[in-house]
Amino acid sequence: MGMTIAEKIIALAAGVPAVKAGDIHTVTLDRMMSNDGTTHLTVDMYRNKLNHPRIADPQKMVFIVDHNVPSDSPKTAASQKKMRDFARENGIDFWEGKGVCHQIMMENYVCPGELIFGADSHTCTYGALGAFGTGVGCTDLLYGMVTGTSWVLVPETVKFNLTGKLPEGVYPRDLMLSIIGQIGANGVNYQVMEFTGDGAKTLSVNDRMVLCNLAVEAGAKTAIFEADEIALEYLAARGRKPKAVFKSDEDAVYQREYTFDLSRIQPVAARPDFVDDVVPVKEVCGVRIDEAFLGSCSNGRIDDLRVGAAIVKGKKVADHVRFLVVPASQEVYLQALDEGLISIFMESGAIVMNPNCSVCWGSCQGVIGENEVLISTGTRNFKGRAGHPSSRVYLGSAATVAASAVKGEICTAEML
Amino acid sequence: MGQTIIEKIISHNIGAESVKPGDIVTVQVDRVMLDDIMIPFIVAKFEEMGFPQVWDADKVVLIYDHLVPASQQDDTRHYKIGDAFAEKYGIQNLHRSDGICHQLMTEAGYVKPGDAVFGTDSHTTTYGCVGAFSTGIGYTEMAAILGTGTLWVKVPETIRVQIDGKLPEGVMSKDVILRLIGDLGADGATYRCLEFTGSAVEQMTVSSRMTMANMAIEAGAKCAVFTPDEKTAEYCGIQLDDFQKSLTGDSDAVYAQTLIYQAEDFEPVMACPSQVDKIRSVKELEGTIIDQVFIGSCTNGRLEDLKVAADVLKGKKVADFVKLIVTPASRKVYEEAAAQGILKTLAEAGAIITHPGCGLCCGRTGGILSDGERVVATNNRNFLGRMGTSKVEIYLASPATAAACAAAGRIVSAGQEA
Amino acid sequence: MEQFTGKVWVLGDDIDTDIIIPTEYLALKTIEDMKQYGFSPLRPELAAQIQPGDIIVAGKNFGCGSSREQAPEVIKALGIRCIIAGSFARIFFRNSINNGLLLIEQNDLHDYVQEGDTVTVTVNQDVDHNGQKFPIASLPENLVEIINAGGLVKAMRRRNGLAE
Repeated sequence: MGMTIAEKIIALAAGVPAVKAGDIHTVTLDRMMSNDGTTHLTVDMYRNKLNHPRIADPQKMVFIVDHNVPSDSPKTAASQKKMRDFARENGIDFWEGKGVCHQIMMENYVCPGELIFGADSHTCTYGALGAFGTGVGCTDLLYGMVTGTSWVLVPETVKFNLTGKLPEGVYPRDLMLSIIGQIGANGVNYQVMEFTGDGAKTLSVNDRMVLCNLAVEAGAKTAIFEADEIALEYLAARGRKPKAVFKSDEDAVYQREYTFDLSRIQPVAARPDFVDDVVPVKEVCGVRIDEAFLGSCSNGRIDDLRVGAAIVKGKKVADHVRFLVVPASQEVYLQALDEGLISIFMESGAIVMNPNCSVCWGSCQGVIGENEVLISTGTRNFKGRAGHPSSRVYLGSAATVAASAVKGEICTAEML
Repeated sequence: MGQTIIEKIISHNIGAESVKPGDIVTVQVDRVMLDDIMIPFIVAKFEEMGFPQVWDADKVVLIYDHLVPASQQDDTRHYKIGDAFAEKYGIQNLHRSDGICHQLMTEAGYVKPGDAVFGTDSHTTTYGCVGAFSTGIGYTEMAAILGTGTLWVKVPETIRVQIDGKLPEGVMSKDVILRLIGDLGADGATYRCLEFTGSAVEQMTVSSRMTMANMAIEAGAKCAVFTPDEKTAEYCGIQLDDFQKSLTGDSDAVYAQTLIYQAEDFEPVMACPSQVDKIRSVKELEGTIIDQVFIGSCTNGRLEDLKVAADVLKGKKVADFVKLIVTPASRKVYEEAAAQGILKTLAEAGAIITHPGCGLCCGRTGGILSDGERVVATNNRNFLGRMGTSKVEIYLASPATAAACAAAGRIVSAGQEA
Repeated sequence: MEQFTGKVWVLGDDIDTDIIIPTEYLALKTIEDMKQYGFSPLRPELAAQIQPGDIIVAGKNFGCGSSREQAPEVIKALGIRCIIAGSFARIFFRNSINNGLLLIEQNDLHDYVQEGDTVTVTVNQDVDHNGQKFPIASLPENLVEIINAGGLVKAMRRRNGLAE
């Protein structure tokens, strides 16, 4: 019987010829990523709960400080120090202030065919390069770190056939929010979203990252694209080689299938406080905003900054709005500097910050206050995620966010 | 009898022939600066005092900088209160994310030579760099000025600091002011005005003078002043009038103290934890392992500071496991540094470049440290607990020294970091 | 002549405003919210130990650093009756007067007094420590006016024809 891409990656990692949904397998992990959200907890457990601990393979570990950068309190400073010291003592790759973890992983580590655990729910992003990335808790990460292995319940795969091409002014963010809006926040619980079809070929790796990144917002264990020539080109440009390039078999088993016609997608927004409460932007137009956020592992890449800069160029951010622009990585920042995008944002009155998670996770930069409204390209709009419990978050594309920042209320770019 | 610069400014302000130290006079205020942290308190006091309006809205400048970007849920409350106050009283001069208050006050032209300017921040002494009388006050006094346009002051005695000659390569005005604070002590100029003069001072850019005026408060000074010159006029975008041109210390003026330095004698120094007047030569401290470097603040976050740092770091990398945080002093500084490739050089070296604001200097965010960590910083204070816990060690230095330390991962003199 | 007696807390030289109230807590909504953090970088337990009527005796340059008026307000809110120090930083001095917190410059007492001692202050005259009298100077006239008005806010209310 045929296998899906996800099943093939698990089979390879488990060292078995075939797996099927529902099987439990012990797998060898190709890589593990942990960020400053939880690494200090993992380190504490490693030091205090284990007898004679050792790290199976430090070279497979990556520690990334991205959630509170630069640190905002003695408490976060202490947990980051613990992480830094541990990385240094154990020869673990360590990144600090260089970007959001998933962006750094994509730029520097992820290879097609790999099975990667990350102590962060948006680890599913790595499917954009044909890897199986999934989020785990710090206990699972600790087990993986010490043994080099873990167990996996092979998930069912749901196929998403993408057809057509996104219209001008409509972005992968609109597509993915539309998908989540249709299938619901638990629509693919513990399943794999496999994106395929002609429409998938129209999407760059950066575009695919948006789709995979947000898969967890529909409950998915991960999401994945076939590592096609577009993915391999991205990889080659960064001097990496695939572990394995898989296609799903003709007779692979899918739990179910959906088809989305990209040409019919329109600009949408997710309303507070649920990612699946998705409506056309038109329906929320006119909502006065206090802050706009362009950034995150979801939409802080060069494409997003280009879209945002094109909209704000020669204009000013509305007086009462704080427009945060946060490149997803130092690489993105440098590229944006070179292209003059950073200058455009600064001239418009935006607040351009160092690469980090920022207000997407409501931490140290751009926290919103009582009853404030944020429109964001971040990953989530859960109650209180970006600050005060009474605040509200709308999610939209880079274009919608940038246009809203200028207008001072939610609008689409074409309404500006 | 002759007058010092500050005496000339105050007597001109009150329309008197002359004033002498110790006189208590009421000055007409030319401009005030209100910063975000203090705004809710100022507004509450102002309302409580019962003034119907602000004395002159054009003379009031509101600047959000300590709390930008917001790091806690209630921070944005300060913006809201400031916005509402500005709206209610017709205040147009409002900067919500343009940089540090003191940088903006001079850079955006709010302060002119000879002005009397007060701000709700102790580093308001900065504006003496363009020959203004400026000093920090509390929020209650600010509220009173907003209503009356006046403030009582005691005419300070003046300490004259004369520096002649040429500073050695790699020595910045930060090294000069740190040494001075060390010599005077943290309270050595309390209630006094520091008047800087001499050929070395004349050669300095307005930015370099700002660094020195900024830190005058760290010796306890009420204010610090430089004679306005052509550089000042160009910086302020004005022609100096006769009064402004007259702002030099008269040869027969009475000084409480005169300190004379030869510029060639200065060397790179640091203020060691946790007193600003605990000054040591960088050479003596070489080898001390560090965890972080901060380049920024109203003291040393200007274009020339970033450029010096970029020159040191070009083609180099920040040492492994060391963080370099760069926080430009203003939006304009950021834009110019971007245009000149300075930010690129710094980012390529591995710097974390933040949005302009007070950043780490005010200790609310921007790179807070933890027990046992050591930071080299270009700002103005190394007080206990200012950047995290009381077990954090803060060394204050020039941008050149700070950048070299970032590359080396330990304290070194600029040029020794390779 | 106004006279009062209080228990002494002894602090050193250069007690800066970041020690008195760290920036981290400056954006809390009220002085009441802030006061528990008073002196926390130096002596985290001190704020809870201070009793109304206590007196701080310190060395030189008390209150150096920032213009934050929260510093004298926090000290006042903790119940400190007055601060006797070798010298005071000038902004702190003005802020204290404007809030009715009494500051006394006395250079020698610090060398003799120990924490937990009691001293008796006779305003504008001297500080008595175990019978030894340390002289203190009178305040300048214009400051006495502000203090007599009950602080600067009240002085301004009076100016504006409002009830205190």
